[in-house]
Order: sequence, then structure tokens, then C-alpha cells
Amino acid sequence: MPLPSDKIGKLYPPFDYAVGREKVREYAAAVGETNPLHFELEAARAAGYPDLLAPPMFVVVYCSSAFMTALFDPELEIDFAHLVHGAQEFRWEHPVVAGDEITTALTFAASSERAGLRFDTFETVSRNQRGELTCTGKWSTIIRGEE
Amino acid sequence: MVILQEGDRIELRLTPDRYVTVRYAGASGDFNPIHIDEDFARQVGLPGRILHGLWTMAQTARAATEAAGGDPTALLSLGVQFRGMGRMEQELMVSGEVKSVADGVATAKLEVTQGENRLIRNGVAELRTDVAGSSEGSAAQDS
Repeated sequence: MPLPSDKIGKLYPPFDYAVGREKVREYAAAVGETNPLHFELEAARAAGYPDLLAPPMFVVVYCSSAFMTALFDPELEIDFAHLVHGAQEFRWEHPVVAGDEITTALTFAASSERAGLRFDTFETVSRNQRGELTCTGKWSTIIRGEE
Repeated sequence: MVILQEGDRIELRLTPDRYVTVRYAGASGDFNPIHIDEDFARQVGLPGRILHGLWTMAQTARAATEAAGGDPTALLSLGVQFRGMGRMEQELMVSGEVKSVADGVATAKLEVTQGENRLIRNGVAELRTDVAGSSEGSAAQDS
């Protein structure tokens, strides 16, 4: 399976995402969160947040366009019919609240082949409007070869 | 916050309803038809629509956060490997155990199963935890 080895280190243009209050509620409900910090403004403010607190895994919402852009990059030659999400890591730093504007930079970090499988790794670094780091992510995909 | 100790068990059980992937597709923006279109899923050889891996990871995050007392900012990191395909209307279980605690950070190992099917393995979560004898305030007030 050919590897896009010469594209390792490719940095994609930063992607901006404005965190909406209703989007936080919608996401929190979709994953079954019940903590009032994600739903009730008074509860969030009483806990010291300026607006609703996004659940940690909301990171996938503000990073998804960056990740999709890379997956659809023709230079990476990704075979969607055989693509699976193999692994995922996140490290959270500054909390994200509704009203934040998050900028995510994505790098195509690694590509290797083993046993007919292609393993790719993408790295994201997300910062809020004050430049504070909110989350770093490592997204690992596997492409199976033709049987 | 809760004081986590080595050996503490983490468990969360839930049964995803048949429309959970539709709501999650809208909330997350992941409209891959294998999650929302029964005919498409079968055409590509799946048993039917399957759960989003990142939704399942969110259940892992929720289980870890609840074990730490419910403060969402207690979750410092989470890494998982995706394995089997999750289905709707079957009970899913997140289970894990705190393996070590050092410097106010508990490290837990987690997995997600649905019957005999393992959806997530080698999950590792780092959680901020109070230390016995400490009287620090909640994380929210620190940030």
C-alpha cells in the first residue's frame, strides 16, 4: 500500500469554531450528560464559569471540520471504503464555555504500514480566543488493503 | 471532589435507544450513513446501523468523570482504542479500575463492552483527585 510519506508534517490551515450555547446543550444531551453545568446558565455561573461549560468530549465538535478537511485531502490518498477510526487520545487544558472561539490547527503527523494495514496519525492543537490551550488530540486511523 | 484510590472501580451501564445515532450525528456533525441509514449499513456488510465510536468514547469520559465526583474538568486526558461495532438497543457497559494515584492525579484503565463484544479497549483516563487530608476547593473555582 503506498504511503504519503512525503506529506508527513503537513500543517492544515487553522479552523475556527464559535461555541454556541444551544450547541453545548444539544451535544451534552446527545451523549447523555446530566450535569447542570452543561444545561443551566445559573448553575454554570454559580460554579464560576461565564456561560455553559462544554463537556470534555465536545472537543470532537470543534475539531471535526479540521479532521474532515485532512481526511478529504486528495494528497493523503485515503481510501474511505476501507477507513476505520483506530484510536483516539485527548488531553484537556483550559475549560471551554459557550461563547468561546476555538481555533484548531491540525498536522498530518505519521503514516506507516504493517500487515497490509496503513496507520495514519493526525494531531490537533486547539486554543481559545485568548490563546489558551483547550485541548490537544491524537487521531489514529487505519486503512485496510483490498482483500 | 472525590478522593480516588488505587483499586476503585468505575462502572456505567446504559442502553442506547434506536435514535441515539441520529441525535449524535446532528450534535457532532458526523453524518456517516453507516450510523444513520439501516439500508446503507447493510449494503456495506454491517449487521445494521452502528454506534459512533466517539459517542462510545464520550460514555467512557462520562463514566470516568462521574467516578471522580462529577466535575467535568477533573478529566485531564483520555485515550482509547476502538474495536467492535456498537449496536443500539443493547446494554453497554463501561468498566474500569483506578490503577495508580500520584500527585493528585488518578490513572484509570477502562473498557467498553456490549455482551461479549468489546467496543473500546485499552482506555486510559487521567483524573484530578483530591488527596486525603487536603482542603482545596473545587476545580471550577480554580479556573
